[in-house]
Amino acid sequence: MNTLIVSPSPHVHGKESTRKIMGDVIIALLPAVLVSIWFFGLSAIHLVCVSVLACVVFEYLIQKFLMKKRSTVGDLSAVVTGVLLALNLPVCSPWWLILIGALVAIGIAKMTFGGLGQNLFNPALVARVVLLVSFPVLMTGTAFHAPEAGYLFGNSDLASAALDATSGATPLGFVKEQLAKGVSMQEIMATPGLSYTQLLFANMGGSAGELSAVALILGFIYLLCRRVIKPWISLSILATVFVFAGILYLGDSSKYVDPVFHLLNGGLLLGAFFMATDYVTSPMTAKGQVIFGIGIGVITVLIRTFGAYPEGVSFAILIMNATVPLLNKFQPKRFAEEAQKK
Amino acid sequence: MNIIIFTIATLAVLGLLLAIVLYIVAQKFKVEEDPRIDTVEALMPGANCGGCGKAGCRAFAEAAVKEGVGSLFCPVGGNAVMQKVAEALGQTIEAKDPQVAVLRCNGNCEKRKKTTRYEGVASCATVASLYGGETDCMFGCLGYGDCEAACQFDAIKVNPETGLPEVDEEKCTGCGACTKACPKQLLELRNKGPKGRRVYVACRNKDKGAVARKACLNACIGCGKCAKVCAFEAITVESNLAYIDFTKCRMCRKCVAECPTGAIHEVNFPPRPAAVKPAASTPAAAAQAKPVQPAAQAPKPEEKKVEIPVQKTE
Amino acid sequence: MRTFRMGGVHPADKKISKDANIEKLPIPKIVYISMGQHLGAPAAPCVAVGDKVKVGQLIGTPTGFVSAPVHSSVSGTVKAIGMVNDLAKRPVNTITIEVEGDEWMEDIDRSEDIIREIKLDKKEIVDRIKACGVVGLGGATFPTNVKLSPPPTATPTCVIINGAECEPYLTSDYRVMMEMPEQVLIGGSILMKALGVNKCYVGIEENKPEAIKKLSALAPKYPGVEIVPLKKKYPQGGEKQLIDAVIRKRVPSQGLPVDTGAVVQNVGTAFAVYEAVQKNKPLFEGIMTVTGDCSKAQRNFLHRVGTPLSFIMEYCGGVPEDAAKIISGGPMMGKAVSNIDAPTLKGTSSILYMTEAQTKRKAESNCIRCGKCVSACPMGLEPYLLNKLGRAAMMDELEEHHVYDCIECGCCSFTCPAFIPLLDTIRQSKAAVMKIMRSRPKK
Repeated sequence: MNTLIVSPSPHVHGKESTRKIMGDVIIALLPAVLVSIWFFGLSAIHLVCVSVLACVVFEYLIQKFLMKKRSTVGDLSAVVTGVLLALNLPVCSPWWLILIGALVAIGIAKMTFGGLGQNLFNPALVARVVLLVSFPVLMTGTAFHAPEAGYLFGNSDLASAALDATSGATPLGFVKEQLAKGVSMQEIMATPGLSYTQLLFANMGGSAGELSAVALILGFIYLLCRRVIKPWISLSILATVFVFAGILYLGDSSKYVDPVFHLLNGGLLLGAFFMATDYVTSPMTAKGQVIFGIGIGVITVLIRTFGAYPEGVSFAILIMNATVPLLNKFQPKRFAEEAQKK
Repeated sequence: MNIIIFTIATLAVLGLLLAIVLYIVAQKFKVEEDPRIDTVEALMPGANCGGCGKAGCRAFAEAAVKEGVGSLFCPVGGNAVMQKVAEALGQTIEAKDPQVAVLRCNGNCEKRKKTTRYEGVASCATVASLYGGETDCMFGCLGYGDCEAACQFDAIKVNPETGLPEVDEEKCTGCGACTKACPKQLLELRNKGPKGRRVYVACRNKDKGAVARKACLNACIGCGKCAKVCAFEAITVESNLAYIDFTKCRMCRKCVAECPTGAIHEVNFPPRPAAVKPAASTPAAAAQAKPVQPAAQAPKPEEKKVEIPVQKTE
Repeated sequence: MRTFRMGGVHPADKKISKDANIEKLPIPKIVYISMGQHLGAPAAPCVAVGDKVKVGQLIGTPTGFVSAPVHSSVSGTVKAIGMVNDLAKRPVNTITIEVEGDEWMEDIDRSEDIIREIKLDKKEIVDRIKACGVVGLGGATFPTNVKLSPPPTATPTCVIINGAECEPYLTSDYRVMMEMPEQVLIGGSILMKALGVNKCYVGIEENKPEAIKKLSALAPKYPGVEIVPLKKKYPQGGEKQLIDAVIRKRVPSQGLPVDTGAVVQNVGTAFAVYEAVQKNKPLFEGIMTVTGDCSKAQRNFLHRVGTPLSFIMEYCGGVPEDAAKIISGGPMMGKAVSNIDAPTLKGTSSILYMTEAQTKRKAESNCIRCGKCVSACPMGLEPYLLNKLGRAAMMDELEEHHVYDCIECGCCSFTCPAFIPLLDTIRQSKAAVMKIMRSRPKK
């Protein structure tokens, strides 16, 4: 007979593990990655590969040589960060920009806090925001699509149409520009390329992950089905943005963008489905999660409508990340609490 | 010009007003405290270990001023500090013998085989609440280092070779934190003894001899030979376990030679003259007595080294 | 279909031994009858070495309010009275009896007939249950008569018979329901009478459809008895969870289950109550399962209390080669056996073999703050936080976060994707906090 093992109960463990969860997130991100590869071909592959590789290598090196402990790249969390970072960058980003992003994400936003689970802010978003304020020209504006971006497998007609239409700027940036010029909303929306169908399936403006709302929704549904995330955060963000933007739109439809346009644009879906729902940087309880989502929604619309940037999701999520320790004070409903009070 | 004067005047008045407010508040919330408390606290080692039974050094100082030094003792500072404290308060106290923590288990991995394997949080308290322990001796050390975690002076380390914690006498202050942390009550504060020499029973197994022996070759089997040989009535045997009263022990070491299992340890004695060897009563004990150091030692060089750390420095 | 409203997990079902009939286990040559068979003060031996005893004879008397008598499970001679190690290698006062024949006390009704009419009155029932040493067989072995004597502040309104058996592998309760369905229902009726209530629910999880069918068919014969099918979810068999599932009431923090009006008894206990009251048979036999994926046998036994576990293992073909852990009880809350020579107790419900691969704890990694433990906790606690506070020994905060409400079901450790042994730490912290709370002067 073997030497008996003795341990406290429970003696069995469920099927879940960190690696499996991260694997599920990667699978959920695949549709978005595939869509960007479909349209941009080699440059998209280049972007994703460099980003993932850089994140994994940085994590390994930092854990091995700076933190002097066993490396945990096996848990796939660095891969998730890599993919998310790639989806947050313009497709034609130069390699050094991706490297800087990966270094910021893994080195500064994740490892300085103590690694997986300890970081206060979403690593990929920190990287995106650092790049956005450091290299605004590369991250937005006309440098967005290099004409040689390579429509390898792509539907070039659709792509070029969208490209022409948005004249190189992101749809939100374009709208903001036009509004500043005094053009009314109705006229702007008449511009070809801004139709909802196009936004839903292939919105050519924006970063790699913003291409297709349908791909992102597919990933979100996968995560829900696999019970990786609960829908509260995402739904409360989308609902808040819709309601808040809707109120503004009803107030003056010539000045404010309509709510559906808000929802489909500027990485809101990517942020709501994949960035805000990051376990580490979101609250634990349903109550906290709803408040977290509402906060992100409000800040996003505020920045988009009244701020200097056309885009606000990243900032909104980072700001709300900082409130998570506070939101975690919302305790779950205790089984025995209400009865205790009487 | 007017502006400057106005500004200066305003600030001056404001400053004055605020100073008055501060003064009133300071008076109102003033805490009357015996200044001697600060004096005593300054004399304390400042470890805040709680070894004296108070919450920390400040609490000790308060108690010393209020209740007198007589009933208090700072194990960390020892007699030197206590004398200073007594002096500062104009009292006199008797010197106490310095104490050191001693492990009353010598069931190392070799002599006390593991019969089960524990899997779970590395904590003695958890193991103890779960079952008797990995070995068949349920009185012995569990080896998960709750004492090590409790020690604030870095004086206890679990030796991975033997699976037993070892006390560094130099660092041990005798605060007693480890004695409280050990779920098996294996650590005992004993007088450090003259030149650091001590004799003690390194076992707490209360099982009958055969059962104890089966679980651990180094266990005290309660045979009572030590009690018979002791001329000072320092040794008592109760429920199959011998105990040496350190206030009565005169360090003759007869019991050490007598013990058939090597459960009685002696530390910091000079090497025994070779003539002592035949004194060992049984062949088994003689075999165990062979190593240069005490008969009690398990024949493991690493263990020996740490058991007598002071000897090197002396 | 009803279930409890908060938390819970879904471990794999694995009721491999569910179709094995209950067999009578042979009587070993020597039995070791522990005096600590129940929760509370251990019984005091009332026989001496050399005495002859019969099956069902009183050999240990209770020593307090929460305590229970112990009866001999065999006939023979008392060989020794003293410390014998239990399954966790801890010494317990035990009476060792050498078996001679199988001679029963004359006043025990050994016939197979089912006696439906309840002749005893309320007080007599409770006294009989107490005298027969009936204890809760759902795991906690709490003396049943104490539960049937609620404090004057509480008014019982119903009896809930616990047939959930939510632990994987275990099938002893299921076999009782399948083979002794009427006895269980009569037991329920006796409990109703003892408490003076007229409602009795039998909660059964949906993964036992045959038992639900069988009992539902018989239930109409017993007024007030209602069969409640429950959705499968662990820990449905927990007293608080079952009350919530069946009558939608929550036991107050640090309160008694009877504060909700419900008195919960396991199906095994209901059967023991039937035997005690109708047949005057003390509790000295138990029903247990021998199972496990690697086990050579998948069987259910009626065993005499005090049979060494090793005897049962031998009888079932020995310990399987690849068994790395032996558990007494279910895999979620059972105890790991470190001493296979330990005797069975009244509450022993299984011998469960697990292989190293099934039970190996994986290395702990960083908490990813996924909140799965929070949503799995059936008591609405925050295990990740309690674990952190526990490791830092922050007792005040632990109390503030209700660590004392933990029912130690293990859902948190079970679900944690980072393999953090949450319950290990929380259990320890809970004990420490409860100790502090008890040491406080009562208001």
